[in-house]
Amino acid sequence: MLSSVSPGSGMDGTMVNKDRCLAWRIGGPQGSGVLRMAQIFARACARGGREIYSRREYHSNITGRHSYFDVCVGSRPLFSHRESPRLLVCLDAETLARHAESVEAPGAILYADSDGDVALDALRLLDTRLRDELNRRLDTDDLPRATSGLLERAARRGIRLHPLPLRAWRARLKSEAGNRKAAQRVLNTLAVAASGRLLGLPEADLQAAVAGAFAHKPDVIDLNRAAVGLAYREFAATASPVTLPPGCDRPERLLLGGHEAVALGKLAAGLGLQTYYPISPASDESAFLEAHASVPLADGNRGGPLVLQVEDELAAVNMAAGGALTGARCATATSGPGLSLMTEGLGWAGMNEVPLVITHYQRGGPSTGMPTRTDQGDLQFVIHGGHGEFPRMVIASGDVSDAFDDALRAFDYAERYQLPVIHLLDRALTGCLQTVPRFDPSRHTIRRSKPWPGTADAGSAERFRLTGDGISPRPLPGRPGQQFWTTGVEHGIEGRVSEDPVVREQMMEKRARKLETAAREIPEREKLAVFGDPDAPLTAVTWGSTTGALREVLHDFPALRVLQLRLLWPFPDAELIERLADTDTLVVVENNYSGQLADLIAAHTGHRADHRILKYSGRPISAEALLPALQAIANGKGEARMVLRNPFE
Amino acid sequence: MPQHVRFTPRDYASPEYNDWCRGCGDYGILRALQKALADLSLPPEQVAVFGGIGCSGKTPYYLRANGIHTLHGRVLPFAAGAKLAHPALTVIAAGGDGDGLSIGAGHFVNAGRRNLDLTYLFFNNAVYGLTKGQASPTLPQGEQTRGMAAPNPQRALDPIRLALAAGYTWIGRGYAYDVDHLAHLIIRAIRHPGLAFLDIRQPCPHYDPAHDKAWYAARVKRLDDHDPCLPPGSDVSRRNALHTAIHRILDDETTLAVGVLLEDRSIAPFAEALQRLQPAWPARIPATAPIADAHGRPLARIDELLDRFTV
Repeated sequence: MLSSVSPGSGMDGTMVNKDRCLAWRIGGPQGSGVLRMAQIFARACARGGREIYSRREYHSNITGRHSYFDVCVGSRPLFSHRESPRLLVCLDAETLARHAESVEAPGAILYADSDGDVALDALRLLDTRLRDELNRRLDTDDLPRATSGLLERAARRGIRLHPLPLRAWRARLKSEAGNRKAAQRVLNTLAVAASGRLLGLPEADLQAAVAGAFAHKPDVIDLNRAAVGLAYREFAATASPVTLPPGCDRPERLLLGGHEAVALGKLAAGLGLQTYYPISPASDESAFLEAHASVPLADGNRGGPLVLQVEDELAAVNMAAGGALTGARCATATSGPGLSLMTEGLGWAGMNEVPLVITHYQRGGPSTGMPTRTDQGDLQFVIHGGHGEFPRMVIASGDVSDAFDDALRAFDYAERYQLPVIHLLDRALTGCLQTVPRFDPSRHTIRRSKPWPGTADAGSAERFRLTGDGISPRPLPGRPGQQFWTTGVEHGIEGRVSEDPVVREQMMEKRARKLETAAREIPEREKLAVFGDPDAPLTAVTWGSTTGALREVLHDFPALRVLQLRLLWPFPDAELIERLADTDTLVVVENNYSGQLADLIAAHTGHRADHRILKYSGRPISAEALLPALQAIANGKGEARMVLRNPFE
Repeated sequence: MPQHVRFTPRDYASPEYNDWCRGCGDYGILRALQKALADLSLPPEQVAVFGGIGCSGKTPYYLRANGIHTLHGRVLPFAAGAKLAHPALTVIAAGGDGDGLSIGAGHFVNAGRRNLDLTYLFFNNAVYGLTKGQASPTLPQGEQTRGMAAPNPQRALDPIRLALAAGYTWIGRGYAYDVDHLAHLIIRAIRHPGLAFLDIRQPCPHYDPAHDKAWYAARVKRLDDHDPCLPPGSDVSRRNALHTAIHRILDDETTLAVGVLLEDRSIAPFAEALQRLQPAWPARIPATAPIADAHGRPLARIDELLDRFTV
């Protein structure tokens, strides 16, 4: 077993992207504005033509527990975060304790001067395991068991320390006219502005981002703009060990997260009904849809979906299925335990050939697991979950651009093949912010179900008519001549119960045939994406947000071919067999314990992975951590199972 | 289909062989439902009947209308989804007592919070028939069906009191073998512009022969002096008075009163709340509204939304 990277542990030779991106981290207590500050900083940096990739970490908690946000800023598109920031902005002493060891030299730590000497024992939310580890390190160096000791360790590594007189600055803001109510949160703005000043972020960009973030609260804008101005004045003389990479003159881009991209894709797709039950992290998507449900249409009218919170995931999936029966595009979005509850409804949709889209945001499982942490542990479940055998499709997005395309595509697959489609994402992708090219829905051609061919008559429609491709013409309720029956009991072509063995065989075969049709019709570019050197002897296969780390690592490890599987079911076995035929070494990279994709590849192609690179701490895989693992493999020192670990995430 | 077309109950007959037991109360409910649909002149393709799981769940098989046989306990969510997506349809949910009050109890209660225009026909015979006679949640404590090894240790739920507490705006009780009266109740339930709950008492001659037609005949009594209406604008005292009257009717254990117990027009239809969420609904019917232009390009224009994320 190989522990490939532990930031701060002295493995300096493994650091990647030294000149490609600047890694900025902000941390503080949940509910104190960490997310908002990270968004502002990211947007300010992106304004200058820079590219952003970020990751978010937070506890399942409303206020108080630690959260942090990594914003990586680069001159070219980014697909992965970094585990070792160059710049750390601490909104409390706990952030200092948790992350000081991870900061990479040359770098800097900004913190409130009052947090510079706090005993670790006084930080009650610090995990015992982490406190013990930090104390052990401090004891070894004969340093005090306090933030001061950790700062000293950082200083000895060459990290610059910037204690900020945040409370004094706030007092000055208060004393200025109109700012008497300067809140606790303005301390965040002061600290972030100081970091911007240090990095050479133009003040105007930060001011614009602040104004945009608080557009609905004019008094808050004024206060925060004043705070930015003050920090830029006061911090002006400080030299920085690191600077922001230059921006480029780029065409318009978007800065957003995976859940927003999915919601936008669903709106473009013509979503008619979305049902959901609140669950982390999936609810963010439904909340966005609720807030933006009314959409202008090309015909001059307005449309958009009904978005409804219901009593549980059983209601959510079955209400969406009931809606989909009528011809409307219907979806639900869930995470973790929500999908476990939905499996019976999933099977019903498969049996009744209902076009239903389930957007599934993976989080750490099993059971309640880690509601706010990322994981890719549901792949085998979404492919096989449910009793009996029925057709379904599973697609997985690798980044924010994919998330939009896949959300649109999911409905087309669902309607074309008349089956449930599970769109897989993971917490890392929904909580991130990424700059991506502006989405262009006009490039997408919407495909709908095979329509019922009959004209108005008094008869009933054969809902499950047998066809060569397995796909029946689809009657819809409310239309003369299209009255139909359907049932979750095995049924004949008219949708009424049948336990006849031959009918059973015909229906099992018909339903299975649809997946064969899908596998045949869907173009390869929608099944998988290839990055890197197509002739490299080393092939890494992956899926979901982990793709980003592999795309990013190509800059430091170019002798690699990366295959990202976007269609996971029907499994693209033919395409994979062809592409793996001449590979010397097969590596599979996944954010789970067992290597679920590696098992699927072995079962469907006969290719056993030589190496599985895995991570299951609830944190995403980064290019930074991947590089030493790939180097070890290239040097013949890789093991069959390589686990990426970082005790400071 | 033009509205003046007249239908007969036979127009709603399906070719499916009916495999309910002889003497089952389901037959009466089926006949009443066919009669009600004919009286309302609803074209079969405009009606969607959702069935739960159990003997009653098979009702859609035996009706010529869009028939959807769903999952145990989930008949209400399926039906609600269809109504939301296609508000022009007449949507009817048919489910048993176990389906609605045991495995589907969460939906039973929460449906009451949404005054959606649905008709819920609750087949109540106090027995799980298809699984061979176990106690349903409406079987009184101490009673024993032919499928049970011992008297029922658990107490019964009262579906009407529960529906009342949950907020159903139309509540009625019918008897399966008073077909004409039951058809009349179903018509009123369908006409009600919100959520209608019809508790239909019925014998299960196979597993519960003690509660046979004679048992019911001795008890069933049509309500004649009960005014179930709460007009728009009714105040709390009027509501409480009506609820008290309903409880008094239910408390009378010597008779089984059938009729309309509650017709509450003072609660706004759910459609009004939905329109505030989505102003395009229901005029723009999700099931039939176009989503793409002639070239297949999405009709929805998300440019303004994209602008918010532009950097």
